Amino acid sequence: MAERYELRFSGAGGQGLITAGIILAEAASIIEGKSAVQSQSYGPEARGGASKSEVIIADGPIDYPKATIVDACLAMTQEAADKYANGIKKGGLLLIDADFVHTAPEGDFKVLRLPIMRMAKEDIGREIVANVVALGAVIGLTGVVTRESGEEAVLRKVPAAFKDLNKKAYSMGYEKGKELAQ
Amino acid sequence: MAKKVALLQGNEACAQGAVYAGAKFFGGYPITPSTEVAEVLSVELPKVGGKFIQMEDEIAAMASVIGASLTGAKSITATSGPGVSLKQELIGYACIAEVPCVIINVMRGGPSTGMPTGPGQSDVMQAMWGTHGDHAAIALVPDSCQEIFTETVRAFNLAEKYRMPVQVLFDEIVGHMRERIEFPEPGELEVIDREAPSVGPDDYKPYDSTKGQIPPLADFGSEYKYHVTGLNKADDGFPTTKASLVDAEERRQIDKVMDNIADIESNEEYMTEDAEVIIWAFGSTSRSARYAVNELRKEGIKAGMFRPITLWPFPAKRTAELADQAKAIVVAEMNLGQMVYEVERVAQGNCVVVHEGRVDGDPINPGQIMDKVKEVL
Repeated sequence: MAERYELRFSGAGGQGLITAGIILAEAASIIEGKSAVQSQSYGPEARGGASKSEVIIADGPIDYPKATIVDACLAMTQEAADKYANGIKKGGLLLIDADFVHTAPEGDFKVLRLPIMRMAKEDIGREIVANVVALGAVIGLTGVVTRESGEEAVLRKVPAAFKDLNKKAYSMGYEKGKELAQ
Repeated sequence: MAKKVALLQGNEACAQGAVYAGAKFFGGYPITPSTEVAEVLSVELPKVGGKFIQMEDEIAAMASVIGASLTGAKSITATSGPGVSLKQELIGYACIAEVPCVIINVMRGGPSTGMPTGPGQSDVMQAMWGTHGDHAAIALVPDSCQEIFTETVRAFNLAEKYRMPVQVLFDEIVGHMRERIEFPEPGELEVIDREAPSVGPDDYKPYDSTKGQIPPLADFGSEYKYHVTGLNKADDGFPTTKASLVDAEERRQIDKVMDNIADIESNEEYMTEDAEVIIWAFGSTSRSARYAVNELRKEGIKAGMFRPITLWPFPAKRTAELADQAKAIVVAEMNLGQMVYEVERVAQGNCVVVHEGRVDGDPINPGQIMDKVKEVL
Protein backbone atom coordinates (compact mmCIF):
# COMPACT_ATOMS: atom_id res chain seq x y z
CA MET A 1 0.00 0.00 0.00
CA ALA A 2 1.25 3.44 -0.88
CA GLU A 3 1.86 5.82 1.99
CA ARG A 4 -1.28 7.57 3.20
CA TYR A 5 -1.54 11.07 4.59
CA GLU A 6 -4.73 11.59 6.55
CA LEU A 7 -6.35 14.94 7.36
CA ARG A 8 -9.48 15.75 9.29
CA PHE A 9 -11.32 19.09 9.23
CA SER A 10 -13.88 19.51 12.01
CA GLY A 11 -16.09 22.29 13.25
CA ALA A 12 -19.70 23.36 13.37
CA GLY A 13 -22.04 22.41 10.54
CA GLY A 14 -22.27 25.32 8.10
CA GLN A 15 -18.69 26.55 8.68
CA GLY A 16 -17.66 25.21 5.30
CA LEU A 17 -15.29 22.50 6.48
CA ILE A 18 -16.68 19.90 4.09
CA THR A 19 -15.99 22.40 1.30
CA ALA A 20 -12.45 22.89 2.65
CA GLY A 21 -11.95 19.13 2.43
CA ILE A 22 -13.30 19.01 -1.12
CA ILE A 23 -10.96 21.82 -2.19
CA LEU A 24 -7.96 20.05 -0.70
CA ALA A 25 -8.94 16.77 -2.41
CA GLU A 26 -9.25 18.64 -5.73
CA ALA A 27 -5.84 20.21 -5.25
CA ALA A 28 -4.27 16.82 -4.55
CA SER A 29 -6.07 14.67 -7.11
CA ILE A 30 -7.09 16.89 -10.01
CA ILE A 31 -4.28 19.46 -9.90
CA GLU A 32 -1.36 17.42 -8.54
CA GLY A 33 -2.43 14.04 -9.93
CA LYS A 34 -2.15 12.15 -6.65
CA SER A 35 -4.86 9.88 -5.26
CA ALA A 36 -7.32 11.51 -2.89
CA VAL A 37 -10.57 10.52 -1.24
CA GLN A 38 -12.76 13.00 0.59
CA SER A 39 -15.53 11.86 2.89
CA GLN A 40 -17.67 13.42 5.57
CA SER A 41 -19.83 12.70 8.50
CA TYR A 42 -22.61 14.93 9.63
CA GLY A 43 -25.88 14.85 11.53
CA PRO A 44 -29.36 15.59 10.21
CA GLU A 45 -29.00 19.33 11.01
CA ALA A 46 -28.39 21.73 8.11
CA ARG A 47 -26.56 24.12 10.46
CA GLY A 48 -24.88 23.64 13.80
CA GLY A 49 -23.92 20.35 15.38
CA ALA A 50 -20.41 19.02 14.88
CA SER A 51 -19.32 18.03 11.41
CA LYS A 52 -16.15 16.52 10.03
CA SER A 53 -14.62 16.06 6.65
CA GLU A 54 -11.72 13.71 6.03
CA VAL A 55 -9.24 13.72 3.19
CA ILE A 56 -6.87 10.85 2.51
CA ILE A 57 -4.00 11.59 0.13
CA ALA A 58 -1.64 8.95 -1.26
CA ASP A 59 0.64 8.33 -4.22
CA GLY A 60 -1.15 5.08 -5.08
CA PRO A 61 -4.73 3.79 -4.87
CA ILE A 62 -6.60 4.40 -1.63
CA ASP A 63 -8.61 1.51 -0.25
CA TYR A 64 -10.14 2.34 3.14
CA PRO A 65 -11.63 5.82 2.58
CA LYS A 66 -11.84 6.95 6.20
CA ALA A 67 -9.07 7.99 8.55
CA THR A 68 -7.21 5.24 10.39
CA ILE A 69 -4.61 7.35 12.17
CA VAL A 70 -4.76 11.07 11.58
CA ASP A 71 -1.65 13.01 10.51
CA ALA A 72 -3.22 16.45 10.84
CA CYS A 73 -6.48 17.56 12.41
CA LEU A 74 -8.28 20.90 12.48
CA ALA A 75 -10.88 21.73 15.14
CA MET A 76 -12.78 25.00 14.86
CA THR A 77 -15.06 24.58 17.91
CA GLN A 78 -14.89 23.03 21.36
CA GLU A 79 -17.59 20.50 20.45
CA ALA A 80 -15.65 19.45 17.35
CA ALA A 81 -12.43 19.19 19.35
CA ASP A 82 -14.13 17.01 21.95
CA LYS A 83 -15.80 14.79 19.39
CA TYR A 84 -13.34 14.56 16.50
CA ALA A 85 -9.83 15.52 17.68
CA ASN A 86 -8.92 11.92 18.38
CA GLY A 87 -6.98 9.15 16.70
CA ILE A 88 -4.17 11.60 15.94
CA LYS A 89 -0.88 9.91 15.35
CA LYS A 90 2.15 10.23 17.58
CA GLY A 91 3.94 13.43 16.56
CA GLY A 92 0.91 14.48 14.50
CA LEU A 93 -0.60 17.95 14.35
CA LEU A 94 -3.74 19.44 15.86
CA LEU A 95 -4.64 22.95 14.79
CA ILE A 96 -7.34 24.62 16.89
CA ASP A 97 -9.14 27.93 16.76
CA ALA A 98 -7.52 29.75 19.66
CA ASP A 99 -10.71 31.67 20.56
CA PHE A 100 -13.20 28.83 20.42
CA VAL A 101 -11.33 25.76 21.64
CA HIS A 102 -10.42 26.41 25.26
CA THR A 103 -9.60 22.87 26.28
CA ALA A 104 -7.47 21.06 23.76
CA PRO A 105 -7.48 17.29 23.97
CA GLU A 106 -4.27 15.87 25.39
CA GLY A 107 -2.09 13.45 23.54
CA ASP A 108 1.25 12.72 22.02
CA PHE A 109 0.85 15.30 19.27
CA LYS A 110 1.59 18.96 18.69
CA VAL A 111 -1.22 21.41 19.47
CA LEU A 112 -1.09 24.63 17.46
CA ARG A 113 -3.32 27.64 17.88
CA LEU A 114 -4.55 30.30 15.47
CA PRO A 115 -7.49 32.69 15.92
CA ILE A 116 -9.00 31.52 12.61
CA MET A 117 -12.49 33.00 12.95
CA ARG A 118 -11.07 36.30 14.22
CA MET A 119 -8.60 36.46 11.32
CA ALA A 120 -11.45 35.96 8.86
CA LYS A 121 -13.68 38.51 10.53
CA GLU A 122 -11.20 41.25 11.45
CA ASP A 123 -8.31 40.92 9.01
CA ILE A 124 -10.22 39.80 5.91
CA GLY A 125 -13.54 41.32 6.86
CA ARG A 126 -15.79 38.31 6.26
CA GLU A 127 -16.39 35.45 8.70
CA ILE A 128 -17.59 33.29 5.83
CA VAL A 129 -14.04 32.78 4.54
CA ALA A 130 -12.87 31.22 7.80
CA ASN A 131 -12.83 27.83 6.09
CA VAL A 132 -10.45 29.13 3.41
CA VAL A 133 -8.20 30.72 6.07
CA ALA A 134 -8.22 27.35 7.84
CA LEU A 135 -7.46 25.48 4.61
CA GLY A 136 -4.53 27.82 3.88
CA ALA A 137 -3.22 27.31 7.41
CA VAL A 138 -3.44 23.53 7.15
CA ILE A 139 -1.62 23.53 3.81
CA GLY A 140 1.04 25.95 5.13
CA LEU A 141 1.47 23.82 8.22
CA THR A 142 1.62 20.42 6.54
CA GLY A 143 2.83 21.07 3.01
CA VAL A 144 0.56 18.24 1.89
CA VAL A 145 0.01 20.07 -1.41
CA THR A 146 1.89 23.08 -2.75
CA ARG A 147 0.79 26.62 -1.97
CA GLU A 148 -0.02 27.13 -5.66
CA SER A 149 -2.14 23.98 -6.05
CA GLY A 150 -4.15 24.93 -2.98
CA GLU A 151 -4.73 28.43 -4.26
CA GLU A 152 -5.74 27.22 -7.72
CA ALA A 153 -8.23 24.77 -6.20
CA VAL A 154 -9.74 27.55 -4.05
CA LEU A 155 -10.09 29.89 -7.02
CA ARG A 156 -11.71 27.19 -9.17
CA LYS A 157 -14.37 26.75 -6.51
CA VAL A 158 -15.45 30.34 -5.89
CA PRO A 159 -17.49 32.75 -8.05
CA ALA A 160 -15.52 35.48 -9.87
CA ALA A 161 -16.75 38.25 -7.58
CA PHE A 162 -15.24 36.55 -4.54
CA LYS A 163 -11.89 35.48 -5.97
CA ASP A 164 -9.87 38.33 -4.45
CA LEU A 165 -11.47 37.86 -1.04
CA ASN A 166 -10.73 34.14 -1.02
CA LYS A 167 -7.22 34.62 -2.38
CA LYS A 168 -6.50 36.99 0.47
CA ALA A 169 -8.01 34.59 3.01
CA TYR A 170 -6.02 31.65 1.64
CA SER A 171 -2.74 33.61 1.60
CA MET A 172 -3.16 34.82 5.15
CA GLY A 173 -3.95 31.33 6.39
CA TYR A 174 -1.03 29.88 4.46
CA GLU A 175 1.49 32.40 5.83
CA LYS A 176 0.34 31.86 9.43
CA GLY A 177 0.39 28.10 9.00
CA LYS A 178 3.87 28.25 7.54
CA GLU A 179 5.05 30.30 10.53
CA LEU A 180 3.62 27.73 12.93
CA ALA A 181 5.44 24.96 11.09
CA GLN A 182 8.81 26.53 11.85
CA MET B 1 -6.48 14.09 -25.92
CA ALA B 2 -6.49 13.81 -22.17
CA LYS B 3 -9.71 12.46 -20.70
CA LYS B 4 -12.06 14.69 -18.80
CA VAL B 5 -11.50 14.20 -15.08
CA ALA B 6 -13.38 15.48 -12.05
CA LEU B 7 -13.63 14.99 -8.34
CA LEU B 8 -17.11 13.52 -7.99
CA GLN B 9 -19.29 12.07 -5.28
CA GLY B 10 -20.45 8.51 -5.86
CA ASN B 11 -24.00 9.79 -6.27
CA GLU B 12 -22.87 12.32 -8.89
CA ALA B 13 -20.93 9.61 -10.72
CA CYS B 14 -24.08 7.49 -10.75
CA ALA B 15 -26.06 10.29 -12.41
CA GLN B 16 -23.30 10.84 -14.98
CA GLY B 17 -23.21 7.10 -15.69
CA ALA B 18 -26.96 7.13 -16.29
CA VAL B 19 -26.60 9.92 -18.85
CA TYR B 20 -23.74 8.03 -20.55
CA ALA B 21 -25.96 4.94 -20.76
CA GLY B 22 -28.63 6.98 -22.54
CA ALA B 23 -31.12 7.48 -19.71
CA LYS B 24 -34.03 9.67 -20.79
CA PHE B 25 -36.28 9.54 -17.74
CA PHE B 26 -35.94 9.92 -13.99
CA GLY B 27 -38.93 9.69 -11.68
CA GLY B 28 -38.18 9.84 -8.01
CA TYR B 29 -38.79 11.16 -4.57
CA PRO B 30 -35.71 12.57 -2.83
CA ILE B 31 -34.28 10.78 0.17
CA THR B 32 -30.95 10.95 2.00
CA PRO B 33 -28.39 9.59 1.20
CA SER B 34 -29.39 9.30 -2.48
CA THR B 35 -30.62 12.84 -3.20
CA GLU B 36 -27.61 13.97 -5.25
CA VAL B 37 -28.47 11.38 -7.93
CA ALA B 38 -31.80 13.15 -8.46
CA GLU B 39 -30.25 16.58 -8.11
CA VAL B 40 -27.67 16.01 -10.86
CA LEU B 41 -30.15 14.27 -13.18
CA SER B 42 -32.59 17.17 -12.81
CA VAL B 43 -29.87 19.31 -14.37
CA GLU B 44 -28.43 16.84 -16.88
CA LEU B 45 -31.49 15.04 -18.31
CA PRO B 46 -33.15 18.12 -19.84
CA LYS B 47 -29.85 18.83 -21.66
CA VAL B 48 -30.12 15.50 -23.51
CA GLY B 49 -33.84 15.70 -24.25
CA GLY B 50 -34.79 13.66 -21.21
CA LYS B 51 -37.41 14.24 -18.56
CA PHE B 52 -37.09 14.58 -14.79
CA ILE B 53 -40.13 14.36 -12.55
CA GLN B 54 -40.22 14.63 -8.79
CA MET B 55 -43.29 12.54 -8.01
CA GLU B 56 -45.58 12.78 -4.99
CA ASP B 57 -44.11 9.71 -3.32
CA GLU B 58 -41.87 6.67 -3.84
CA ILE B 59 -44.66 4.43 -5.12
CA ALA B 60 -45.72 6.88 -7.80
CA ALA B 61 -42.05 7.40 -8.66
CA MET B 62 -41.64 3.69 -9.42
CA ALA B 63 -44.87 3.67 -11.42
CA SER B 64 -43.65 6.61 -13.50
CA VAL B 65 -40.41 4.79 -14.23
CA ILE B 66 -42.28 1.71 -15.47
CA GLY B 67 -44.60 3.82 -17.61
CA ALA B 68 -41.78 5.83 -19.12
CA SER B 69 -39.75 2.72 -19.87
CA LEU B 70 -42.67 1.07 -21.67
CA THR B 71 -42.72 3.99 -24.09
CA GLY B 72 -39.07 3.28 -24.94
CA ALA B 73 -37.19 5.69 -22.66
CA LYS B 74 -34.35 4.25 -20.60
CA SER B 75 -35.60 4.94 -17.10
CA ILE B 76 -34.15 5.22 -13.62
CA THR B 77 -35.08 6.07 -10.07
CA ALA B 78 -32.89 6.58 -7.01
CA THR B 79 -33.79 6.09 -3.39
CA SER B 80 -32.69 4.51 -0.12
CA GLY B 81 -33.97 1.53 1.89
CA PRO B 82 -37.24 3.13 3.08
CA GLY B 83 -38.04 4.10 -0.51
CA VAL B 84 -37.21 0.67 -1.87
CA SER B 85 -39.61 -0.84 0.67
CA LEU B 86 -42.40 1.31 -0.76
CA LYS B 87 -41.48 0.45 -4.34
CA GLN B 88 -41.60 -3.32 -3.85
CA GLU B 89 -45.09 -3.89 -5.23
CA LEU B 90 -44.16 -2.15 -8.45
CA ILE B 91 -40.75 -3.80 -8.65
CA GLY B 92 -42.67 -7.07 -8.76
CA TYR B 93 -44.86 -5.58 -11.48
CA ALA B 94 -41.75 -4.68 -13.50
CA CYS B 95 -40.50 -8.26 -13.03
CA ILE B 96 -43.64 -9.98 -14.30
CA ALA B 97 -44.46 -7.42 -17.00
CA GLU B 98 -40.77 -7.52 -17.98
CA VAL B 99 -40.14 -3.78 -18.05
CA PRO B 100 -36.49 -2.66 -18.12
CA CYS B 101 -35.59 -0.12 -15.43
CA VAL B 102 -32.77 0.81 -13.09
CA ILE B 103 -33.28 1.32 -9.37
CA ILE B 104 -30.49 2.94 -7.38
CA ASN B 105 -30.49 2.18 -3.65
CA VAL B 106 -27.98 4.21 -1.64
CA MET B 107 -28.15 2.18 1.53
CA ARG B 108 -28.52 3.51 5.05
CA GLY B 109 -29.53 1.49 8.08
CA GLY B 110 -33.02 0.46 9.06
CA PRO B 111 -35.65 -0.89 9.37
CA SER B 112 -37.95 2.06 8.70
CA THR B 113 -36.39 5.53 8.81
CA GLY B 114 -33.31 4.28 10.68
CA MET B 115 -30.35 6.66 10.56
CA PRO B 116 -30.64 8.77 7.39
CA THR B 117 -27.05 10.06 7.28
CA GLY B 118 -25.36 6.82 8.33
CA PRO B 119 -24.20 3.99 6.05
CA GLY B 120 -25.62 0.48 5.90
CA GLN B 121 -25.58 -2.69 3.81
CA SER B 122 -28.74 -4.17 5.18
CA ASP B 123 -30.88 -4.06 2.02
CA VAL B 124 -29.02 -6.84 0.23
CA MET B 125 -31.55 -9.59 0.92
CA GLN B 126 -34.33 -7.13 0.16
CA ALA B 127 -32.78 -6.62 -3.29
CA MET B 128 -33.43 -10.31 -3.97
CA TRP B 129 -36.54 -11.08 -1.95
CA GLY B 130 -38.15 -7.69 -1.28
CA THR B 131 -40.98 -8.25 -3.71
CA HIS B 132 -43.13 -11.34 -3.31
CA GLY B 133 -43.42 -14.29 -5.62
CA ASP B 134 -40.82 -16.28 -7.51
CA HIS B 135 -38.64 -14.08 -9.62
CA ALA B 136 -35.05 -13.48 -10.62
CA ALA B 137 -33.13 -10.41 -9.54
CA ILE B 138 -30.03 -8.62 -10.72
CA ALA B 139 -28.23 -6.40 -8.20
CA LEU B 140 -24.85 -4.72 -8.62
CA VAL B 141 -22.68 -3.47 -5.74
CA PRO B 142 -19.89 -1.08 -6.83
CA ASP B 143 -17.20 0.03 -4.35
CA SER B 144 -15.75 3.23 -5.81
CA CYS B 145 -16.93 6.38 -7.55
CA GLN B 146 -15.46 5.25 -10.88
CA GLU B 147 -17.09 1.86 -10.56
CA ILE B 148 -20.45 3.44 -9.68
CA PHE B 149 -20.24 5.14 -13.08
CA THR B 150 -19.43 1.95 -15.00
CA GLU B 151 -21.85 -0.25 -13.03
CA THR B 152 -24.69 2.21 -13.58
CA VAL B 153 -24.01 1.91 -17.32
CA ARG B 154 -23.94 -1.89 -16.96
CA ALA B 155 -27.19 -1.82 -14.99
CA PHE B 156 -28.94 -0.11 -17.91
CA ASN B 157 -27.39 -2.63 -20.32
CA LEU B 158 -28.58 -5.60 -18.27
CA ALA B 159 -32.03 -4.07 -17.75
CA GLU B 160 -32.49 -3.51 -21.48
CA LYS B 161 -30.96 -6.83 -22.52
CA TYR B 162 -32.84 -9.00 -20.04
CA ARG B 163 -35.95 -6.82 -19.97
CA MET B 164 -36.23 -6.50 -16.21
CA PRO B 165 -35.54 -4.23 -13.23
CA VAL B 166 -31.89 -4.03 -12.19
CA GLN B 167 -30.83 -2.61 -8.83
CA VAL B 168 -27.55 -0.88 -8.08
CA LEU B 169 -26.78 -0.84 -4.37
CA PHE B 170 -24.06 1.20 -2.79
CA ASP B 171 -23.92 2.64 0.66
CA GLU B 172 -23.80 6.14 2.07
CA ILE B 173 -20.00 5.98 2.31
CA VAL B 174 -19.38 5.49 -1.41
CA GLY B 175 -22.47 7.54 -2.29
CA HIS B 176 -21.17 10.60 -0.50
CA MET B 177 -17.42 10.29 -0.75
CA ARG B 178 -15.51 12.03 -3.51
CA GLU B 179 -12.85 10.54 -5.74
CA ARG B 180 -11.25 11.40 -9.03
CA ILE B 181 -13.29 10.12 -11.96
CA GLU B 182 -12.16 9.69 -15.53
CA PHE B 183 -15.08 10.14 -17.84
CA PRO B 184 -15.10 7.36 -20.46
CA GLU B 185 -15.25 8.62 -24.04
CA PRO B 186 -18.46 7.91 -25.98
CA GLY B 187 -18.14 4.36 -27.33
CA GLU B 188 -15.53 3.34 -24.77
CA LEU B 189 -18.07 1.51 -22.60
CA GLU B 190 -20.62 -0.75 -24.24
CA VAL B 191 -24.13 0.73 -24.31
CA ILE B 192 -26.90 -1.75 -25.11
CA ASP B 193 -30.15 -0.47 -26.54
CA ARG B 194 -33.45 -2.29 -26.44
CA GLU B 195 -34.08 -4.83 -29.18
CA ALA B 196 -36.86 -3.73 -31.52
CA PRO B 197 -39.63 -6.17 -32.57
CA SER B 198 -38.85 -8.10 -35.76
CA VAL B 199 -42.51 -8.28 -36.78
CA GLY B 200 -45.05 -5.64 -37.72
CA PRO B 201 -47.67 -4.23 -35.35
CA ASP B 202 -50.38 -6.69 -36.48
CA ASP B 203 -48.28 -9.76 -35.71
CA TYR B 204 -46.65 -8.46 -32.51
CA LYS B 205 -47.07 -10.35 -29.26
CA PRO B 206 -45.25 -8.77 -26.29
CA TYR B 207 -44.44 -12.11 -24.61
CA ASP B 208 -43.88 -14.37 -27.60
CA SER B 209 -40.87 -16.42 -26.55
CA THR B 210 -40.81 -18.78 -29.54
CA LYS B 211 -37.81 -16.90 -30.96
CA GLY B 212 -35.87 -16.56 -27.70
CA GLN B 213 -36.01 -16.28 -23.93
CA ILE B 214 -36.38 -12.50 -24.03
CA PRO B 215 -39.16 -11.25 -26.34
CA PRO B 216 -38.51 -7.78 -27.83
CA LEU B 217 -40.44 -4.93 -26.23
CA ALA B 218 -42.26 -2.51 -28.54
CA ASP B 219 -42.68 1.13 -27.56
CA PHE B 220 -46.02 1.53 -25.83
CA GLY B 221 -48.04 4.28 -27.46
CA SER B 222 -46.58 3.61 -30.89
CA GLU B 223 -48.42 1.76 -33.67
CA TYR B 224 -47.70 -1.40 -31.68
CA LYS B 225 -50.74 -1.95 -29.44
CA TYR B 226 -50.56 -4.44 -26.62
CA HIS B 227 -51.75 -5.17 -23.11
CA VAL B 228 -49.65 -4.91 -19.94
CA THR B 229 -50.71 -6.46 -16.64
CA GLY B 230 -49.37 -7.76 -13.36
CA LEU B 231 -51.39 -10.94 -13.81
CA ASN B 232 -49.87 -14.08 -15.24
CA LYS B 233 -50.38 -13.69 -18.91
CA ALA B 234 -50.29 -15.45 -22.26
CA ASP B 235 -47.97 -14.40 -25.10
CA ASP B 236 -50.40 -11.65 -26.17
CA GLY B 237 -50.16 -9.98 -22.77
CA PHE B 238 -53.72 -10.81 -21.69
CA PRO B 239 -54.33 -12.66 -18.42
CA THR B 240 -54.44 -16.43 -18.33
CA THR B 241 -54.84 -19.10 -15.67
CA LYS B 242 -53.92 -21.93 -17.99
CA ALA B 243 -51.51 -24.03 -15.92
CA SER B 244 -49.03 -24.85 -18.68
CA LEU B 245 -48.74 -21.21 -19.79
CA VAL B 246 -48.37 -19.86 -16.26
CA ASP B 247 -45.73 -22.43 -15.40
CA ALA B 248 -43.74 -21.83 -18.59
CA GLU B 249 -43.81 -18.04 -18.16
CA GLU B 250 -42.76 -18.15 -14.51
CA ARG B 251 -39.86 -20.44 -15.31
CA ARG B 252 -38.77 -18.49 -18.36
CA GLN B 253 -38.55 -15.28 -16.38
CA ILE B 254 -36.15 -16.92 -13.93
CA ASP B 255 -34.26 -18.91 -16.57
CA LYS B 256 -33.52 -15.82 -18.65
CA VAL B 257 -31.25 -14.72 -15.80
CA MET B 258 -30.00 -18.01 -14.40
CA ASP B 259 -29.09 -19.39 -17.87
CA ASN B 260 -26.98 -16.31 -18.50
CA ILE B 261 -25.03 -16.03 -15.26
CA ALA B 262 -21.73 -15.97 -17.15
CA ASP B 263 -22.87 -12.78 -18.89
CA ILE B 264 -24.23 -11.15 -15.74
CA GLU B 265 -21.70 -12.21 -13.10
CA SER B 266 -18.81 -9.93 -12.23
CA ASN B 267 -16.35 -10.46 -9.37
CA GLU B 268 -12.99 -9.20 -8.25
CA GLU B 269 -10.44 -11.30 -6.41
CA TYR B 270 -7.45 -9.97 -4.50
CA MET B 271 -4.64 -12.32 -3.42
CA THR B 272 -6.92 -15.34 -3.36
CA GLU B 273 -4.51 -17.72 -5.23
CA ASP B 274 -2.90 -19.11 -2.08
CA ALA B 275 -5.31 -17.70 0.50
CA GLU B 276 -6.14 -19.71 3.59
CA VAL B 277 -8.70 -17.21 4.73
CA ILE B 278 -11.03 -15.36 2.39
CA ILE B 279 -12.62 -12.06 3.32
CA TRP B 280 -15.91 -12.01 1.42
CA ALA B 281 -16.93 -8.37 1.16
CA PHE B 282 -18.70 -5.98 -1.18
CA GLY B 283 -19.28 -2.24 -1.59
CA SER B 284 -17.40 0.08 0.74
CA THR B 285 -16.61 -2.80 3.12
CA SER B 286 -14.39 -4.37 0.45
CA ARG B 287 -12.13 -1.32 0.69
CA SER B 288 -11.55 -2.14 4.36
CA ALA B 289 -11.08 -5.79 3.40
CA ARG B 290 -8.36 -4.94 0.87
CA TYR B 291 -6.56 -2.84 3.48
CA ALA B 292 -6.89 -5.72 5.95
CA VAL B 293 -5.50 -8.22 3.41
CA ASN B 294 -2.42 -6.04 2.87
CA GLU B 295 -1.81 -5.70 6.62
CA LEU B 296 -2.42 -9.41 7.32
CA ARG B 297 0.00 -10.43 4.54
CA LYS B 298 2.68 -8.27 6.21
CA GLU B 299 2.13 -10.38 9.32
CA GLY B 300 2.51 -13.59 7.30
CA ILE B 301 -1.19 -14.50 7.27
CA LYS B 302 -2.35 -15.80 3.90
CA ALA B 303 -5.47 -13.71 3.49
CA GLY B 304 -7.33 -12.85 0.29
CA MET B 305 -10.48 -11.04 -0.71
CA PHE B 306 -13.42 -12.07 -2.84
CA ARG B 307 -15.57 -9.15 -3.92
CA PRO B 308 -18.83 -9.68 -5.79
CA ILE B 309 -19.67 -6.80 -8.11
CA THR B 310 -22.80 -8.63 -9.19
CA LEU B 311 -24.36 -9.62 -5.87
CA TRP B 312 -27.50 -11.16 -7.40
CA PRO B 313 -27.56 -13.66 -8.99
CA PHE B 314 -25.39 -14.91 -6.12
CA PRO B 315 -21.83 -15.88 -7.17
CA ALA B 316 -22.40 -19.47 -6.00
CA LYS B 317 -19.87 -21.31 -8.14
CA ARG B 318 -16.80 -19.24 -7.27
CA THR B 319 -17.78 -18.91 -3.61
CA ALA B 320 -18.08 -22.72 -3.40
CA GLU B 321 -14.64 -23.15 -4.99
CA LEU B 322 -13.10 -20.76 -2.48
CA ALA B 323 -14.81 -22.64 0.37
CA ASP B 324 -13.05 -25.78 -0.88
CA GLN B 325 -9.70 -24.01 -0.99
CA ALA B 326 -9.75 -21.97 2.22
CA LYS B 327 -9.85 -22.83 5.89
CA ALA B 328 -12.27 -20.03 6.59
CA ILE B 329 -14.40 -17.34 4.97
CA VAL B 330 -15.07 -14.13 6.87
CA VAL B 331 -18.17 -12.41 5.50
CA ALA B 332 -17.89 -8.70 6.34
CA GLU B 333 -21.03 -6.66 5.76
CA MET B 334 -22.62 -3.63 7.44
CA ASN B 335 -25.59 -5.56 8.79
CA LEU B 336 -26.19 -8.25 11.40
CA GLY B 337 -25.97 -11.17 8.96
CA GLN B 338 -27.46 -11.41 5.46
CA MET B 339 -25.13 -12.53 2.66
CA VAL B 340 -23.40 -14.79 5.17
CA TYR B 341 -26.38 -17.16 4.89
CA GLU B 342 -25.85 -17.52 1.13
CA VAL B 343 -22.12 -18.08 1.66
CA GLU B 344 -22.88 -20.74 4.30
CA ARG B 345 -25.37 -22.38 1.95
CA VAL B 346 -22.90 -22.82 -0.90
CA ALA B 347 -19.89 -23.57 1.34
CA GLN B 348 -21.75 -26.72 2.48
CA GLY B 349 -19.57 -27.05 5.55
CA ASN B 350 -16.35 -27.29 3.52
CA CYS B 351 -14.81 -24.44 5.51
CA VAL B 352 -15.60 -22.31 8.54
CA VAL B 353 -17.89 -19.39 7.66
CA VAL B 354 -18.13 -16.50 10.11
CA HIS B 355 -19.79 -13.11 10.02
CA GLU B 356 -18.36 -9.71 10.92
CA GLY B 357 -21.01 -7.01 11.02
CA ARG B 358 -21.64 -3.51 12.21
CA VAL B 359 -24.79 -1.38 12.44
CA ASP B 360 -23.77 1.61 14.57
CA GLY B 361 -23.37 4.06 11.70
CA ASP B 362 -19.61 3.66 11.45
CA PRO B 363 -17.98 1.65 8.66
CA ILE B 364 -16.43 -1.74 9.29
CA ASN B 365 -12.80 -0.75 9.65
CA PRO B 366 -9.76 -2.80 8.62
CA GLY B 367 -8.77 -3.54 12.24
CA GLN B 368 -12.16 -5.08 12.93
CA ILE B 369 -11.73 -7.45 9.99
CA MET B 370 -8.14 -8.29 10.96
CA ASP B 371 -9.22 -9.19 14.49
CA LYS B 372 -11.91 -11.51 13.13
CA VAL B 373 -9.47 -13.22 10.77
CA LYS B 374 -7.03 -13.86 13.61
CA GLU B 375 -9.82 -15.15 15.81
CA VAL B 376 -10.98 -17.66 13.22
CA LEU B 377 -7.58 -18.99 12.12
